[in-house]
Amino acid sequence: MKYKLKNIARQLALMLLVIWTVVSLVTLLIEIVPGDPATVILGETATQEQIENFNLKHGLDRAAFFFSYNSPDGFKWNGADNRYLDYWKGLLTGDLGKSFRTDRPVRDMIFERYPSTIMLAIAAMLVAIGIALPLGVLAGSRKNSLVDNGASFFALLGISLPTFVIGPFLVYIFAVQLGWFAPTGSANPEDIILPAVTLGAALSAILTRMIRSSVIEELGEDYVRTARAKGLSERVVIYKHVLKNGLIPVVTILGLQLGVLLAGAIITEKIFNWQGLGLLLLEDGIGKRDYRLVQGCVLVISVTFIVANSLTDLVYRRLDPRIRIS
Amino acid sequence: MNRLTYIGLAIALIVILAAIFAPWIATADFTAQNLGLRYASPSGDHWFGTDALGRDVFSRVVFGARISLQVGISVVFVSAIFGTVIGAIAGFYGGFVDKFLSGYVFNVFLAFPGLLLAIALVAFLGSGIGKLILALCIIGWVGYARVMRGQVLKVREYDYVQAARALGASNMRILFTHILPNAIQPLIVQASLGMAGAVLSEASLSFLGLGIPPPAPSWGTMIDEARGFDILYSAPHVMFFPGLAIALTVLAFNFIGDGLREYLDPKQRAR
Repeated sequence: MKYKLKNIARQLALMLLVIWTVVSLVTLLIEIVPGDPATVILGETATQEQIENFNLKHGLDRAAFFFSYNSPDGFKWNGADNRYLDYWKGLLTGDLGKSFRTDRPVRDMIFERYPSTIMLAIAAMLVAIGIALPLGVLAGSRKNSLVDNGASFFALLGISLPTFVIGPFLVYIFAVQLGWFAPTGSANPEDIILPAVTLGAALSAILTRMIRSSVIEELGEDYVRTARAKGLSERVVIYKHVLKNGLIPVVTILGLQLGVLLAGAIITEKIFNWQGLGLLLLEDGIGKRDYRLVQGCVLVISVTFIVANSLTDLVYRRLDPRIRIS
Repeated sequence: MNRLTYIGLAIALIVILAAIFAPWIATADFTAQNLGLRYASPSGDHWFGTDALGRDVFSRVVFGARISLQVGISVVFVSAIFGTVIGAIAGFYGGFVDKFLSGYVFNVFLAFPGLLLAIALVAFLGSGIGKLILALCIIGWVGYARVMRGQVLKVREYDYVQAARALGASNMRILFTHILPNAIQPLIVQASLGMAGAVLSEASLSFLGLGIPPPAPSWGTMIDEARGFDILYSAPHVMFFPGLAIALTVLAFNFIGDGLREYLDPKQRAR
């Protein structure tokens, strides 16, 4: 018990350290923008006064970091009066700053879009599990059969075909040729199907491979022989005994892949014009050079990813007693 | 090596040859516009048809191989060297250095979803091929570092390394002449998979409009320009051929990586 708590504490400490670093990096990213954000936003024709007002409003008039360096003066200590700390202070009160373009709080803009991205990611995960579970079990329990080879080929395709090839391809078949779905948008409930399949395709391929090799490995274990020897049907052996053990690594992959899905969602959202966080980042953030908004989006996606990973790790430890001991 | 590996090698060879001999293979200037011939279907004159500006899709796909491979090779080369050195340092010196590098630095870089970090870097740095390569190296090196660290940890306890140490070899000599050659195999696998990853990332970023700016014929940009409903309806070939090119190239390097891994790992070979 004591050992377990120590492990959880260490895990949490690492998570906080990583979050701190990631937030710091994102905070400082705005400093590498070539030129001056105010000129970029306001245009070349802006007056000195407009630029000063803009900088004052967004805190850009303050020093960037604890110290600064320029060649004639050398290092200069700025003290606690700097933008890096400003951003942190804002974060701790749940404030991500104001959009450079619309002056709206970045937090509000992000959390308007956050639910639809999470919905898309979860739908993609369900699609992936729905495809991978039967296919992986079938392929694993009939190793080297026609089904197995077919599943392996499908998995390779899914891994190698990029999202932005699968997406337009699905649109071409199901929206252009068959007319079953709208090509873009999210007006109807069924509009989530094509984006979810597009986003989940790569994951379903990875999962199929994992479940297959997991099933093959577990089928060689002694307990399977015992279960078969006492006369259980193959169905019960596979679904009750093998899957229970074989799914443990799959759970980990699901957690780790959530971040990949969130990043992949940026591409999927662009293909289907799905109004989520990715489109916000691309169109309103990067497209309009709204650096404050870009910072916020990158931050929220990364932190979601880190938290999901750390939670997965903890769940994984609970599921598999062997890891808890070693 | 299995059949798929050879298929992968064959496709990769075709892509490499296409990139090298692009000016001789291409049937037209890849920037030459012909507005009278927009969205023409594939024909004897234009094997893959023409795009929105009447440019020859075949020539653009062929020249696109140059961009993909240029980015892929640069990224693999730079990130492999950097990652190998850092990984070797972590594995070889151990102790605090290793704790800091593998326990903290690697975790930070793995904490970002790769594509998101690349998008963020390009968004703030601006676009262009050099910056794109830099961004992909920043997300790519940590994979090599982890592989190298693991190998060094394994190899450094072998008897022949202990023997070399007993004979008074310097750390650098042990690292470069005794450990590195024995740790290189998994690095080659990683490089091959990394090549697939880099080609894919370049195309993804170009698709998002954050990679190589037009009129350069990046496969990702070509797909982005051709994915509208009307274009898919009337001229699906404009999207199909660059899509096929990306898919085959990525597939080829994945085949090679998977095949090499199986070939180099006797445990898997026996199965």
